[in-house]
Amino acid sequence: MADSDNLTLNFGPQHPAAHGVLRLIMEMDGEVVHRIDPHVGLLHRGTEKLAETKPYNHSIGYMDRLDYISMMCCEHAYVLAIEKLLDVQPPIRAQYIRVMFDEITRILNHLLWLGCHGLDIGAMALFLYCFREREDLMDCYEAVSGSRMHATYYRPGGVYRDLPEEMPKYKANRFISKSKVKKLNYNREGTLLDFIADFTERFPSKVDEYEALLTDNRIWKQRTVNIGVVEPERAIELGFTGPMLRGSGVEWDLRRKEPYEVYDLLDFKIPIGLNGDCYDRYLVRVEEMRQSNLIIQQCVAWLNKNPGPVIIEDNKLTPPKRALMKHDMESLIYHFKLFSEGYSVPEGEIYCPVESPKGEFGVYIVSDGANKPYRLKVRAPSFAHLAAINEMVKGHMLADVVSVLGTLDLVFGELDR
Amino acid sequence: MKILNIIKTLTLIDLLKGLKVTLKNFFKPKITVQYPEVKTPISNRFRGKLALMKYENGEERCIACKLCSAVCPANAISIDSEESEDGTRRTTRFDIDAFKCVYCGFCEEACPVDAIVETDIFEYHMTENHQRLQTKEMLLQLGDDYREKIVRKKEKDHHYK
Repeated sequence: MADSDNLTLNFGPQHPAAHGVLRLIMEMDGEVVHRIDPHVGLLHRGTEKLAETKPYNHSIGYMDRLDYISMMCCEHAYVLAIEKLLDVQPPIRAQYIRVMFDEITRILNHLLWLGCHGLDIGAMALFLYCFREREDLMDCYEAVSGSRMHATYYRPGGVYRDLPEEMPKYKANRFISKSKVKKLNYNREGTLLDFIADFTERFPSKVDEYEALLTDNRIWKQRTVNIGVVEPERAIELGFTGPMLRGSGVEWDLRRKEPYEVYDLLDFKIPIGLNGDCYDRYLVRVEEMRQSNLIIQQCVAWLNKNPGPVIIEDNKLTPPKRALMKHDMESLIYHFKLFSEGYSVPEGEIYCPVESPKGEFGVYIVSDGANKPYRLKVRAPSFAHLAAINEMVKGHMLADVVSVLGTLDLVFGELDR
Repeated sequence: MKILNIIKTLTLIDLLKGLKVTLKNFFKPKITVQYPEVKTPISNRFRGKLALMKYENGEERCIACKLCSAVCPANAISIDSEESEDGTRRTTRFDIDAFKCVYCGFCEEACPVDAIVETDIFEYHMTENHQRLQTKEMLLQLGDDYREKIVRKKEKDHHYK
């Protein structure tokens, strides 16, 4: 028999299963993968360097664009880090709003992950159903911040504006009848909180639907069970966080271990997997969606009962009320000072992590006392996860690379920054 | 247990369960709307194309304080100013680069006279590269054309700010 060399195969960066601009160099022996070398950096935009040149508040919008699937969680880490350096505490209502939107973001992220992971492996219908639910959550984003994705909603000291009292409604015209519009608007009659409450009531049955499609499905199981197994010890060594770590059976969740905001007042469970394979990570993420749903329900109940300020009234950090700014000279001076120069953050350094849907998303800021960070470093969970891909797919078939890529839940916005 | 598994495998019960879901959804009303004719609702806070507003008497609101260009994270706004004939400070140039703008809404937040506003226009196009620059005239025209809509939108959201 003739000796055959390993075949080197290039996967991506323009491959629909590569989730963006990932390039993998694969060494194949027949259909078995021997070695994988991920090439990253194709979506590098220099966010960290960019943040050094701008006053603190300007970079909030850029944080959205890091992990563009879980926007508000990235903002949250950045804003929390600044708050810790400044040693300010946002009002309790703002904390609840943030937690609620963090969990909405978690569901958004997991829905997209589930849809795309399913699509990669061959479950087409699921993709459509997931995006149906995402639509409602996107509407929540838009109602509260004005943008469906890049919210720029959190601010150091709270959130920009309170939750709106009314939801935007569909309008009838000659192409759509009044009765149909009425049906479409049924959950938009009340406030945003009513809209979210209605969603949380519907959502568990939708998750049941996804599970009916996948959990027992033999094709799904053949593609995911015992693929990409990571032992718990190894998962910790590799720096895994989030569902990747919990899928391996390590109960580690920053919302519990180092509670920020009001997570210590809320009741939720941390799901963990047993085997550390793709299937377990799928189960963990689905259960996380259910738990997030519960958290949102608790937040909605609290927010309905407790009106109050959503941002601290310290005009050195947050702009004065608009009505006040128009008539009061001092407020106008604060307004101009804040929007032209920003605020100075005391000297020091801080690392502030949050449990983003993908894992531990952290922001490290070094401040030299100026109005812009001296250095900003983003700890992206996807980076550590991608680094383990060689280990996870070694010895598997080519088709399993797609399963593993899907289960890693990579987003290149944050990975390449 | 083993027999049960064999029955499960042979009857394709797991696949049929999934097919039941897809069949049920096949007959359900769809959430898709026929886009150009029917549009999804747009929030009062929506951040779309930028426009410049005037007072009721037709006077420009903008006083060329340049807060918007100072606060813009993407440096999309460029302003030149001069003293006008009546002694007020006015812009001679007010360009917004549509390719640079990230629609963060900071400029509207910063404007002390409510001159620059976010409209809910999100459908626009250009065919030549240079058209990405929206000049002062274009922005004022946009503000005039959609004045009623913009005012209604801003009034509804005013008390949150």
